[in-house]
Amino acid sequence: MTQPSHNRWLHRFAVLTALATLALIGIGGLVTSHEAGMSVPDWPNSYGYNMFLFPPSKWVGGILYEHTHRLWASMVGLLVIALTRWLGGRASRKPLAIVGLVEVLAGLVIFAVLPHEKATGGFLTGIGGMVLLAALVWFRNEAAPSPLPQLGWLTFFIVQFQGLLGGLRVVLFKDQIGIFHATLAQIFFVLTCLIALMASAWWSRMANTPHATRHTQPSLLSSFSNLQKVIFATTALILFQLILGATMRHQHAGLSIRDFPLAYGRLWPATDPASLAHYNAHRIEITAIKPVTAFQIQLQMVHRIVAMLILLAVGWCALKAWRKFPGPLAKISAFWFCLILCQATLGAATVLTDKAADIATLHVLVGALSLATGAALSIIALRFPQRAAGVSPAEAVSKRQPAMDLDGVADMGTAGKMPSAR
Amino acid sequence: MKLSFALLTAIGLSGFVQFTHAADITGTVTLSGTPPAEIEIKPLENDPVCGKMHSGKVTTEFYVVGANKGLADAIVMLKGVKAAPASASAAPVVLDQKGCLYVPQIVAIQTGQKLVVKNSDPSTVPMHNVHINPKAGANLSEYSTKISQPQMSGAADLDYSFSAPENFMKFQCDVHPWMFAWVTVVDNPYFAVTDKDGKFTIKNVPPGKYKIVALHRKASPDGVEKDVDVKDSGATADFTLEIK
Repeated sequence: MTQPSHNRWLHRFAVLTALATLALIGIGGLVTSHEAGMSVPDWPNSYGYNMFLFPPSKWVGGILYEHTHRLWASMVGLLVIALTRWLGGRASRKPLAIVGLVEVLAGLVIFAVLPHEKATGGFLTGIGGMVLLAALVWFRNEAAPSPLPQLGWLTFFIVQFQGLLGGLRVVLFKDQIGIFHATLAQIFFVLTCLIALMASAWWSRMANTPHATRHTQPSLLSSFSNLQKVIFATTALILFQLILGATMRHQHAGLSIRDFPLAYGRLWPATDPASLAHYNAHRIEITAIKPVTAFQIQLQMVHRIVAMLILLAVGWCALKAWRKFPGPLAKISAFWFCLILCQATLGAATVLTDKAADIATLHVLVGALSLATGAALSIIALRFPQRAAGVSPAEAVSKRQPAMDLDGVADMGTAGKMPSAR
Repeated sequence: MKLSFALLTAIGLSGFVQFTHAADITGTVTLSGTPPAEIEIKPLENDPVCGKMHSGKVTTEFYVVGANKGLADAIVMLKGVKAAPASASAAPVVLDQKGCLYVPQIVAIQTGQKLVVKNSDPSTVPMHNVHINPKAGANLSEYSTKISQPQMSGAADLDYSFSAPENFMKFQCDVHPWMFAWVTVVDNPYFAVTDKDGKFTIKNVPPGKYKIVALHRKASPDGVEKDVDVKDSGATADFTLEIK
């Protein structure tokens, strides 16, 4: 990982891409909250129209959400193609040209050989055309420092795969694809946020600032190592929680438990056949009217338990960072904790408002922000442990204890093992 | 002349014999227990187009309970009766889309019988999208490429016919996600849907002993079964579905 130099406009463009992706996740949340995922039954066409020429007069009911999601996703795709070109510099032109050409040719072949898939062929040709256009852009800019070009390529391939998944979800009627589509969206958002972070002036400053001190007390070292581990584990737990959430949303069964903090009036609800029959006989739903199953009830219970674990873990991180590491780590951890508090409140509100679409969508959005914040914190703690922790020279090692380097924690990644002094 | 007379007599007699060998099963399905309150369909009321087609509140209709706790929209059918599928000329059953709602919401048809889905909504509602959810393998494979079919305003009716019996197959509109109907496909012609007072009549049942079952999509999706002995004069079968 080399130290990036800062390009203000590249950073702004990366932020724009990340914000557009967050908005796309929000629109996707509206699609599922309004049970509108299948309101446009064909893809890549919309009711036989070219997606971009579908008349606004027909954007009614659930179509408004689903069609907006498709158009916005196309725009994010274009932003990512441009970002990949910008991050990769002139060196990216050749691979972009190859990918674009392959897509154009594949699209033309599909168009010519498969008469029922003409729309798919046309769509692929269109994407390939945009990639080719990016390759033809003459700017001879240098590539951004590593790993930004690589991250750019990763988002480039994910966004195209993600578009394909969204389309397959519609034409194959598979909820499982929807779960994967929603999870990949969160990972994609994290990547765009990390690109924006690494392309920022702040990152550049952190990378170019010399260590404040190279020697830290062993107790502080151990404490930081523990904090690092909890941050990593909690971020992974948030991703797991988002997968659970996506699975719950794509069951299309509404709220499987409709009270909070109890569940059907108990700490742990009964899920025997008689109880399920009782729950279903008393459920009155407007849109998601599938009968609930034991699996769905248990899924929501696990979601609640994991939410509590995340709240405790992030609270611990924030407290620990605030007390011992008064640098950026403390500030970002405090922000993270606020997000998680907000998210827990939204989770409760989702149940108490009977899954109101706007509340449920906000819950999805804050979930995405929580994951991105955890990922950013993890990267910062790993890349700039000493500077992120804000360790000052006053905390330098006492004469009675062996010297250690806090940045060595990142290299070792193991608490209790002492990296050798440099 | 003599031949014609004999023929006419034979036809008349056969009709009489058939008449005397078919009777009706009548009865009432009642609900025991207190059903949950229905809720307002706010998304419909707030829809700029669909909302204008309704003057008052529009609510869900999961439990329609009439006089003497009679439960409407229950399906009552004979079970285990061997019968050929309905002929193509059998009268079709109509499922309409009106005011951004399916009317009626509970329908029963025989295997092979035609179900006609109409769109009676005005052009201000540009389209509906008829999305069926068959579970029986045969029905699923027959409609695997027509699971979801758009139906523009003023478009031709959509015809369906299912070869496998299935209870409460969900029809939905993905454009208007509050629109649902449930179609039960029965493998014999002896079935009925209860009226607003929970009453039903199953017509022209040959005398004999049968299993008869009453189902309701909420109160008793698996059904309550009993025996019925149909005499020449008919039979009565009353059901009480309990909401626990």
